[in-house]
Amino acid sequence: MKIVNHMRLSFLSNSSNEAFARAAVAAFLLPLDPTVAELADIKTAVSEAVTNAIVHAYPDTTGIVCIEAKITEDHRVIVKIRDKGVGIADIERAMEPLYTTAGGERAGLGFAVMQSFSDKVRVRSTPGKGTAVTLEKAIRSADGQER
Amino acid sequence: MVDLTYENGVLTAKLFGEIDHHIAPKLRGAIDARCESVRPAKLILDFGSVTFMDSSGIGLIMGRYRCIALLGGRLEIVHIPPTLKKIFVLSGIETLGVMK
Repeated sequence: MKIVNHMRLSFLSNSSNEAFARAAVAAFLLPLDPTVAELADIKTAVSEAVTNAIVHAYPDTTGIVCIEAKITEDHRVIVKIRDKGVGIADIERAMEPLYTTAGGERAGLGFAVMQSFSDKVRVRSTPGKGTAVTLEKAIRSADGQER
Repeated sequence: MVDLTYENGVLTAKLFGEIDHHIAPKLRGAIDARCESVRPAKLILDFGSVTFMDSSGIGLIMGRYRCIALLGGRLEIVHIPPTLKKIFVLSGIETLGVMK
């Protein structure tokens, strides 16, 4: 798997950075000329992962959220959203639709949206050390383009 | 973010821009405050000018569905842009019978 482009960014876990994070990833992907639907899918999945980090990883404090995005030679996008927060004790349960520990008006659909809007979702987490969510999606509209 | 207009028992919340976890509480506060003061028979959430929405928007809708029901009114959702259809379908909101 040859990586043809790569970017990293890190920011404070302030909710005002959610829009910045998804817009930055979307801007990084623009050279692939994604469709409106493909771009909306990736922005939505990234927004869910970043929101999870802000809401769940750092519930009582402000921490750092890191995003690493890669574009592969075969037009796949791999986005890793990483935090050094509280971690997830039971990943399987956390990924169940409608399950939420946040209360309020959180829908509990974060992972369901990530799974539906990406081709692959991987979650690695260690309680007390943090969580990494990796989203992968093929940009089919880029297939056949001269590069 | 939101324009609220009230006429003949109908409160219309015209939403615009992006709806995420940062914005949703501000929308909730504005809509609920107006709902409690006018107690509408119907609350319309107009998504026609919403350019992005994640599951925070679904939470916002579910919360307003409960809120307006407690006040004795009903909810209606209109003008869902094509780019948001997928998240509406995933959420199962269509089963509430509020989408027009």
